[in-house]
Amino acid sequence: MNLFTLFLSALLINNVILSKFIGMCPFLGVSTKLSSAIGMGVAVIFVIFGASVLSWALYYYALVPLELQYMKLICFILLIAAFVQFVEMFIKKNSPSLYKSLGIYLPLITTNCAVLYVALDNVTQKYNLIETMVNSIAVSAGFMLVLVIFATIRERLAASDVPEAWKGNPIAFVVAAIMAIAFSAFAGLV
Amino acid sequence: MSTASEKKQGFWREMIYNNPVFGLYLGICSTLAITTTLNNAIGMGIAVIVVLTVSNIVISLLAPITPDEIHIPVYIVVIATLVTVVGMLMQAYTPTLYSTLGTFIDLIVVNCIILGRAEAYASSHNVAESARDGLMMGLSYTFSLIAMSLIRQILGTGLLEFSNPMSNQVIFSLRLIPEAFVIPVFTTQTGAFLTFAVLAAAVAAIKNNDEKKEAAALKAKADAEKAAKAAAAKAAAKPVKEAA
Repeated sequence: MNLFTLFLSALLINNVILSKFIGMCPFLGVSTKLSSAIGMGVAVIFVIFGASVLSWALYYYALVPLELQYMKLICFILLIAAFVQFVEMFIKKNSPSLYKSLGIYLPLITTNCAVLYVALDNVTQKYNLIETMVNSIAVSAGFMLVLVIFATIRERLAASDVPEAWKGNPIAFVVAAIMAIAFSAFAGLV
Repeated sequence: MSTASEKKQGFWREMIYNNPVFGLYLGICSTLAITTTLNNAIGMGIAVIVVLTVSNIVISLLAPITPDEIHIPVYIVVIATLVTVVGMLMQAYTPTLYSTLGTFIDLIVVNCIILGRAEAYASSHNVAESARDGLMMGLSYTFSLIAMSLIRQILGTGLLEFSNPMSNQVIFSLRLIPEAFVIPVFTTQTGAFLTFAVLAAAVAAIKNNDEKKEAAALKAKADAEKAAKAAAAKAAAKPVKEAA
């Protein structure tokens, strides 16, 4: 597959949040402030890239030769949890300032379904290593893009007069619905 | 009779108040993604009920012997194993359903409801209580899925349809809205977000309303007490005045 097409379609057309509904928890949880949205976005790009490449290697060099493909779910989720833990420890030891800004988002990422989704998707679509890298960067960049746009809207939303029952998350979902309409226009791009 | 209706009210109250989806915003990904048809909603709901109940049981048994430092990985392995088993069973017996639900079956592993209940409830309660909690949480998740899918399917396609997931035989199919009047946007992503927003706002409104009522009841009680006290004080003051 053309790598550029793959990148665009994973970034915009099949956007992980607005079209696949994956990674909703952090999308709602950390989108109230722009600075935390950027921090979470960067952490997610890093973790998704690392975890996808590792689980791709695990699948093709360990599970396929042993004919244990059906164990992929258990292996991938353990790999992701271990990887996140390792990254957290590594950053804590080597870069305390980075840990201060990203650290609180890292434990949350284990339960971010986008990480597991990308790892499984790369294997289901039978991507090779290069395609896996492009796909994981595109998906996570798409995640960050929508998260940041959404956070800027929500910062304005916090100051506006919303009916009581719609305060907080319900009105955020209406915003997401409108963004989904905007993103559906990308469907004809490729 | 009255206890039965009270119990029923309690059941629906629990469904609304402790609703994991619209109240606590857990497990939203699958709720938004797979609720295009009633079949998907019920299939997904049953899968989650099974995984949640069994994982709660297993985890409540394992919790006393699990070292504290590694309890999260242990829970994740238990849940992932159950999801793999359920996925394989669905692939074998309900292949069409499995292919439409796709990766969302695998993603049950990271559904926050399951790990959340394991951590918050099953690890500190006995087997029977944990099983009941898993069943109730699973039911209210399924209830939310069905509510979403009914709205989206009826408004989006005009049809109310349910088919046997094993044989794909249509069990019933009702046309509720003529084809010219359906709103196809409800079957798309936008419709999912909008339906969710409306239902979440409705749950919030019910809660707000009840809180207001409770506050009003408390205030009325306080007012009544105040009035009674004032009356008592007046009554106490009167004899004094008379005596003077």
